[in-house]
Amino acid sequence: MAESGERKAALEMVQADGTDGNCVTFVLHDEDHTLGNSLRYMVMKNPDVEFCGYCITHPSESKINFRIQTRGSLPAVEPFRKGLNDLMGVCQHVLDTFEVRLLPEELRSFLDQERQRTFDAESLIAFSGILCLTLV
Amino acid sequence: MAAKRSMDELRERVVLGEFGVRNVHTTDFPGNYPGYDDAWDQRRFEEAFRVDVVREEDGVLEFDMVGIDAAIANAFRRILLAEVPTMAVEKVFVYNNTSIVQDEILAHRLGLIPIRADPRLFEYRNQGDEEGTEIDTLQFQLKIKCSRNPQAAKESSDPNELYFNHKVYSKHMTWVPLGNQTDLFPDADFRPVHDDILIALLRPGQEIDVLMHCVKGIGKDHAKFSPVATASYRLLPDITLLQPVEDEAAETLQKCFSPGVIEIQNIKGKKVARVANARLDTFSREVFRHEGLKNLVRLARVRNHYICKWLIFCRAESPILLCANKRRPASMCTLVSVFHFSLASLVFPCLYSCGELLRLWFGAALG
Repeated sequence: MAESGERKAALEMVQADGTDGNCVTFVLHDEDHTLGNSLRYMVMKNPDVEFCGYCITHPSESKINFRIQTRGSLPAVEPFRKGLNDLMGVCQHVLDTFEVRLLPEELRSFLDQERQRTFDAESLIAFSGILCLTLV
Repeated sequence: MAAKRSMDELRERVVLGEFGVRNVHTTDFPGNYPGYDDAWDQRRFEEAFRVDVVREEDGVLEFDMVGIDAAIANAFRRILLAEVPTMAVEKVFVYNNTSIVQDEILAHRLGLIPIRADPRLFEYRNQGDEEGTEIDTLQFQLKIKCSRNPQAAKESSDPNELYFNHKVYSKHMTWVPLGNQTDLFPDADFRPVHDDILIALLRPGQEIDVLMHCVKGIGKDHAKFSPVATASYRLLPDITLLQPVEDEAAETLQKCFSPGVIEIQNIKGKKVARVANARLDTFSREVFRHEGLKNLVRLARVRNHYICKWLIFCRAESPILLCANKRRPASMCTLVSVFHFSLASLVFPCLYSCGELLRLWFGAALG
């Protein structure tokens, strides 16, 4: 693991022995209420979720424990991923609405082009991830 | 019917009672209310959500966000304060400082000056890199010397007459291009946002000669990198008169609220109070001090209607954006580009976390 400029894990999963993936605690590093509370809200909106909560373990450390418990046998990773996707959808829609309201036409089209160029890289990674998943 | 109305009030209003606030938390999650479908529905959200801009002036953006929850509105506010990048002075190389202001105080003040430079044109500086390169550094020079004015009247005691350059303003900071920055930014105008920030006072013989390196940073690191003076919101007030209020009581009621909230109408010779514009109220709760009035009014706030006020320095001005749009005031591009950043900061970490998670899950599934 000796890379120059070591990359820390952004996310860990902690699962108690003996349970079957229904109740999982995700440890998100370098996060705080900004992502924690908004993600908690989106995950709570999922009817399959029995419990969802987050806490900041200590104010001196910037990490949060994010716990999800699902009803039935749904693995807890599912609502977590859905919550992240839904949150992205919300942010994207808010951005679109904002741009429609505030920007004049020519600026909006210019920004769309620029965003398309930078977004392609990230969406490629995500898309390839999803592709691998469907292949498995 | 009454039960439904009270349930709606629970869901949609935060009620201000005499001694406390009720229905504070969001409770509209699936399963809490029988008969309501509270599961997340993107289409329903998009139909209900709207943004109404109230005021967009130089440095101030006031708008209403309707149909969004506190968790997300607060996330936007937090991102705006702490995670939207800007450029600010980080290193100050002092060649000569004979002024009365100490080196470190001067450096601190220079760091807090907002710089008009689009941070998207620059990279973050690598950790441990002391020198800085042209892709991550903006260089400014402040070189000024105070001298006596030989033409001043003998008896004058006004420093403006007696001395030249005795007040050092931010307009005296000049951009010094590094490397190929002159070619990269031919039309760029990098300077402090405000010209009239007083940095130091000098007297004849004193001089300041410093070179400043600006880097890209975020508010979490140091407040000088925060693009907003402040970003705040409040919920839309909702005042309901539970019973008709007439005559003298109406006059007293009008005085209990901010001007313009309650209006008195003349109906059939009687003075009747009516809620004209609840939005103007600041909820001093004066009405609860009057025994006769406190049960006639319900003070509440609409849970998902945010009146946001962002006071932004015109920092992040992309020259490209400016060229594309000469008619609108520059601040507007700034404000939108700032919001653009803030949403990008929320969206991309989510995307990144998604990718991480998928990789984790994939790894776990394999072995």
